[in-house]
Amino acid sequence: MTSSDNNILSRWPTDRLLLWLLRGTAAIAGSIVLLIVLFLVLDALPALQHIGIARFFTDPSWHPAEHFYNLTPMLWGTLFATIGAVLVATPLGILSAVFCQYYAPPALGRLYRKLIELLAGIPSVVYGFWGLVVLVPLIGAIHPPGPSLLAGIVILTIMILPTIALMADASLASIPPQYLRGAAALGLPRWATIRGVVFPAAKSGLFTGVILGTGRAIGETMAILMVCGNVVQAPQSLFDPVRTLTANIALEMAYALGNHRAALFVSGLFLMGMIAALVGAADRISREKIYA
Amino acid sequence: MNICRVLCRPKKYALLVALVMITVFTDVPASAEDQRTASNQLNGKLVVTGSSTVAPLIAEMGKQFESLHSNVRIDVQTGGSSRGIADARQGLADIGMVSRAMKDDERDLQAFPVAHDGVCIILHRENPVQALADEQIVAIYTGKVTNWKAAGGTDAPITVVNKADGRSTLEVFLQYFKLRASDVKAHVVIGDNEQGVKTVAGNRTAIGYVSIGTAEYDATHGAPIRLLPIGEVPASSESVRKGVFPLSRPLHLVTKTSPSGLAKSFIEYAQSKAVHDLIRQQYFVPLAD
Repeated sequence: MTSSDNNILSRWPTDRLLLWLLRGTAAIAGSIVLLIVLFLVLDALPALQHIGIARFFTDPSWHPAEHFYNLTPMLWGTLFATIGAVLVATPLGILSAVFCQYYAPPALGRLYRKLIELLAGIPSVVYGFWGLVVLVPLIGAIHPPGPSLLAGIVILTIMILPTIALMADASLASIPPQYLRGAAALGLPRWATIRGVVFPAAKSGLFTGVILGTGRAIGETMAILMVCGNVVQAPQSLFDPVRTLTANIALEMAYALGNHRAALFVSGLFLMGMIAALVGAADRISREKIYA
Repeated sequence: MNICRVLCRPKKYALLVALVMITVFTDVPASAEDQRTASNQLNGKLVVTGSSTVAPLIAEMGKQFESLHSNVRIDVQTGGSSRGIADARQGLADIGMVSRAMKDDERDLQAFPVAHDGVCIILHRENPVQALADEQIVAIYTGKVTNWKAAGGTDAPITVVNKADGRSTLEVFLQYFKLRASDVKAHVVIGDNEQGVKTVAGNRTAIGYVSIGTAEYDATHGAPIRLLPIGEVPASSESVRKGVFPLSRPLHLVTKTSPSGLAKSFIEYAQSKAVHDLIRQQYFVPLAD
């Protein structure tokens, strides 16, 4: 406040107006997040009091009708599906952006970029439907039952690929041209330039893309619900069906009452915690990388 | 600078006031609307909530009822039979929808049957199995039989499709076969009936159960599924209507107290012969003529 008084801009009332407008919008955006967390906690509180946090990890199974509330199989489900998808989508996305920027003829690169943008715009329920009628029977033919962790990973990979590819493409495009000219002057071949000059320079942009993709993968619900089989179990193989935390909420929320409902809010809290940890980790890593 | 401050200050407060008003106003219209709907309920708005099985049927009935009585609005919301019971009890809804027989601890509510629905076992059409005994179905669902060979089919592992906890179709199924939810060893857990039909249609070795209305509709519209008989009774609307199909359930409308006024006339309409064609269109079975 005092610093803005000394600011030369504050001479004009319109700037004051703008300042307060901006403060207002920022306050609204911030308080929405806080309110959501607050409501999550309030609705989860009965479960945390009656059931206790430990039972969400130690109960024999997830059978809310019989008062068993073990969430760990679904934590594994979310974790495996997300990690699998990120592991596959990251190299695919970044390399496709490299292809687009440095190897493809300009016309093909443009077409390719448009295709990826189209992929990013497809609603998740369409992916899920496609997965249910095409992908799941295909996997079922190889190894029944079909709806599986693998199907979830494939669908999630396709869904987060455009996020990672487009972010990588944008950060590659913003590399100062003199870096590339310098590398060319040193006689570096194309791949050596990309590996030694482009990647280090674009690191933070590439990383942001991966984080955004991971966030989308953790939160994805509809498509995962349709292809993953939703059996509550820690998967033993890629072909085992799994249920993710998000799918659990979507499947049971409409029919849940009392402690069951509150337990679903607890899984919502877990999801929120995972995202918060992810954002925290991303913040720390990207800071280290920039100042290293 | 000083002049500016003096000039600016009132503006600053004005903005503060504006901000406060914005926050207040975002709340006010919501509660005002609530009050309006509350008063509308007296004038001719019925809120009906509950089973997602019954909801499409009641929504259709509601539309016809609205066209007969222009000042009436019927608001149908889904959320499961449990919600129908809870909302009717707490007065959040005028009428609850329940897709099963009433339980003993629900005697405090007034229940009105409007139609019947059967739950049937479905297989992929290319599965050679034509019928399964009750014990075989129990063995398959509890994981004691895991290959179709042991149930009279070809040598292929069985994919067991179950419903998510809380669905009334699951309750009907468990009740008839005397199973507990935790006894079932499922490979796939689904939400609604359509997803069940799609899952079985896409998997030659799957077994699942969905409501007969949905299964009959989809089977006649190209979905490669087969409806299995229970015992000797074929799974069809016909046998549900005759009351001989064991795996069936009544669809109820429930109210907290004896209905009067608008709720009463709507329930009477929903039980009348005028809506039998609507019930058949939704692949449910009307009450005995």
